[in-house]
Amino acid sequence: MGLSKLISSDSDSSIQSTFASRYVRTSLPRFEMPKNSIPKEAAYQIIKDELMLDGNPRLNLASFVTTWMEPECDQLMIESINKNYVDMAEYPITTELQNRCVNMIARLFNAPLGDGEAGVGVGTVGSSEAIMLAGLAFKRQWQNKRKAQGLPYDKPNMVTGANVQVCWEKFARYFEVELKEVKLKEGYYVMDPEKAVEMVDENTICVAAILGSTLTGEFEDVKLLNDLLLEKNKQTGWETSIHVDAASGGFIAPFLYPELEWDFRLPLVKSINVSGHKYGLVYAGIGWVVWRNKSDLPDELIFNINYLGADQHTFTLNFSKGSSQVIAQYYQLIRLGFEGYRNVMDNCRENMMVLRQGLEETGCFNIVSKEIGVSLVAFSLKDNSRHNEFKVAEMLRRFGWIIPAYTMPADAEHVTVLRVVIREDFSRTLAERLVLDFKKVLHELDLLPAGEGSSKNG
Amino acid sequence: MVLATNSDSEEHLHSTFASRYVRAVVPRFKMPDNSMPKDAAYQVINDELMLDGNPRLNLASFVTTWMEPECDKLIMDSVNKNYVDMDEYPVTTELQNRCVNMIANLFHAPVGEDEAAIGCGTVGSSEAIMLAGLAFKRKWQQRRRAQGLSTGNPNIVTGANVQVCWEKFARYFEVELKEVKLSEDYYVMDPAKAVEMVDENTICVAAILGSTLTGEFEDVKTLNDLLAEKNAETGWETPIHVDAASGGFIAPFLYPDLEWDFRLPWVKSINVSGHKYGLVYAGVGWVVWRTKDDLPEDLVFHINYLGADQPTFTLNFSKGSSQIIAQYYQFIRLGFEGYKNIMENCMDNARRLREGIEKTGKFYILSKDIGVPLVAFSLKDSSKHTVFEIAESLRKFGWIIPAYTMPADAQHIAVLRVVIREDFSRGLAERLITHITQVLKEIDGLPSRIASLAATAAVSGDEVKPAKMSLEDITKYWKRLVEHKRNIVC
Repeated sequence: MGLSKLISSDSDSSIQSTFASRYVRTSLPRFEMPKNSIPKEAAYQIIKDELMLDGNPRLNLASFVTTWMEPECDQLMIESINKNYVDMAEYPITTELQNRCVNMIARLFNAPLGDGEAGVGVGTVGSSEAIMLAGLAFKRQWQNKRKAQGLPYDKPNMVTGANVQVCWEKFARYFEVELKEVKLKEGYYVMDPEKAVEMVDENTICVAAILGSTLTGEFEDVKLLNDLLLEKNKQTGWETSIHVDAASGGFIAPFLYPELEWDFRLPLVKSINVSGHKYGLVYAGIGWVVWRNKSDLPDELIFNINYLGADQHTFTLNFSKGSSQVIAQYYQLIRLGFEGYRNVMDNCRENMMVLRQGLEETGCFNIVSKEIGVSLVAFSLKDNSRHNEFKVAEMLRRFGWIIPAYTMPADAEHVTVLRVVIREDFSRTLAERLVLDFKKVLHELDLLPAGEGSSKNG
Repeated sequence: MVLATNSDSEEHLHSTFASRYVRAVVPRFKMPDNSMPKDAAYQVINDELMLDGNPRLNLASFVTTWMEPECDKLIMDSVNKNYVDMDEYPVTTELQNRCVNMIANLFHAPVGEDEAAIGCGTVGSSEAIMLAGLAFKRKWQQRRRAQGLSTGNPNIVTGANVQVCWEKFARYFEVELKEVKLSEDYYVMDPAKAVEMVDENTICVAAILGSTLTGEFEDVKTLNDLLAEKNAETGWETPIHVDAASGGFIAPFLYPDLEWDFRLPWVKSINVSGHKYGLVYAGVGWVVWRTKDDLPEDLVFHINYLGADQPTFTLNFSKGSSQIIAQYYQFIRLGFEGYKNIMENCMDNARRLREGIEKTGKFYILSKDIGVPLVAFSLKDSSKHTVFEIAESLRKFGWIIPAYTMPADAQHIAVLRVVIREDFSRGLAERLITHITQVLKEIDGLPSRIASLAATAAVSGDEVKPAKMSLEDITKYWKRLVEHKRNIVC
């Protein structure tokens, strides 16, 4: 409530409308905090105006992250914006809502829980934090096992596909675990379970499979991985286990492909992460990690504190953070229920097919993504000798669409794709409009001389 | 946009509290099979949340609980922007960069005019501290490897008063924590003892500006000077990190002459919480490094699958943009003068509260006059009643005030702590004093619960110590009782 002692030389400044005031005439502070206060209306307007030049989140087809929620939920969010989630003793209901979400998600993933038994897991800021926590738990378990056997424990590694999202690489680098990546190849853009199991050695803390590869939306064959790893474990006795990075797929597979065995139904899967803010249908800022059993989460990683007024446990990388997204997740889980989520995912899939078919019909694209998986369409130009995918993306920007073009990781770096993610709020109408705009762009490109913008970064 | 296929044709006419949804058991363990109308979902959740504490009466927390409506509006407008999409939201990214510049400048980082500072926004000081610690660990490893020495046993020197995130950093990133113990009446890290503990494996010494427990500022200047001497002898180049989570947005405005920041040559990185005295809601912190050299390049990642090259050095990836925008709003809305006014108000109100508490004659004040605006106080006589009882009684009025024990070696001291935030006005301060006085009177009239606790222990077969139980035992019994009451069935 800073009532600034504003000694204004201009006596009319308090009645001037914002755009009549001197505040819109001065250069915006970039390097140093300004000396004086300014009226709140001016601060609001100036920032709002600059932000107009950001992309429109709903036209951002690069991202899986939710960009629309019902107004009732927006209301709940703004009402809880001043609640610091970590004050568990002060906000016990909010804490309970988190616990309920963990219970529901654990059961959605078929965790072996009894009736009324609490799930083992926690809400995080996103899948990055979730993965780091899961990785930490694996690392610690493995270290304890090795110590007990009197074996060295200074060279932990983890086996993943080269298609992993960057947070796995971060985990590896920050927590000093070697990343052993199964390389991709043209036409095969996920981790090959056989090659993965081959790479497993005594220092492997876990094998990470992805349900919903970032690049093409494919689900990796976790069942096959589980079966092959079981065999190897029998021979070696290493008890290597699996983590499933279900950041996008975790809220799709249970609704669209309930028969697909990828979760705790497979005995070697010990932990799973999922992004609440992707197909969990909540705004950015929430992820979940669940463990199979309490024994899969080492006690020594859990801290007990009391300076917020009561004893509480904490096992997350972040401490203070907002409560809004946790509450929003619970809202979605009870508002939509199983049927609602299934309807939304069905719609996404339908609209994905419309887009996919529309693009195929142009005759100019190879579709790289599969029909089963996350609802997205990844495609490359059949002929990119004259213009490449980056140019196409750049031209689509003019219509307002934000569609990323990117190169595949090793060993398929020569392949470039465009990727459109279908979120809840991408309706059929938008899909059809996008196809039309693609056709316009292709037509224009045909008329342009070759090479203009075949540079990598458009 | 989920049009549920509703079979009951009249249901959509029912008002929320007339519908069957408020009759059904709230889902706790399993996702419900069916959808429910959005109004019902909203109402059901809203009603349960009424039983949460009132954030503004939560005097346990430093974290901001009020912002201007204009800022609330900016926050809601950007709630659907994923901060990490830097290419898609370049203006939001720029706002973050401006905040980093301003904060680095505030802390006297040696940046030229118009030069970009090195730092980033985080979800809070926990993430900021982990990033800073990681940078120190990596630099130390590089230095050691270059000298052909072992890198197996890194450690960090701090006071026992550190916030839990330092312990987390130590445990998760496998760095040994060497803590300088506290003692009665000295509740911060002693610089001389800290420097003594520094050895060749020390990756940094962490000082706190605004100790969580008593709000004190540690003497970073003395630490710097003593460390400079030791470094000159040993050649170890041990650096300093300042955890200015609360103090970073207080010292520059109230104590501009206090040297604690980059003005001291051995300070290499600083973290501050935007969501404490940065005056933004929970969810934003900042870390700044002195120069580019202090942040090893191999910790920075470059990715391109969101469409363009973007560097990232944070633990979190996707997250909301709202708090970053809110931080920039506060910087330009308030400016230096605005922050100064607010901090002065906080100190004034803290002083008033402190005086009122002292006047009751029943308390020792542990917090100092210089530091974070808070009042930490303990009972002069805890033989009949404890601060935990007082905290519990104050809850009746709606106040949430934590009571806790000090860390090693002062565990026998229990304190109550009231944090003065921007939105804690004089009126509220005076009302709190009235309530504390009232509670003291009521408690005096009650029989001592401590004697009866000992009796309960005897009955239940617990070991009972001789008549004069130590305060530590008393607080343990009490806390167990309180904990039991707070165990809510999920």
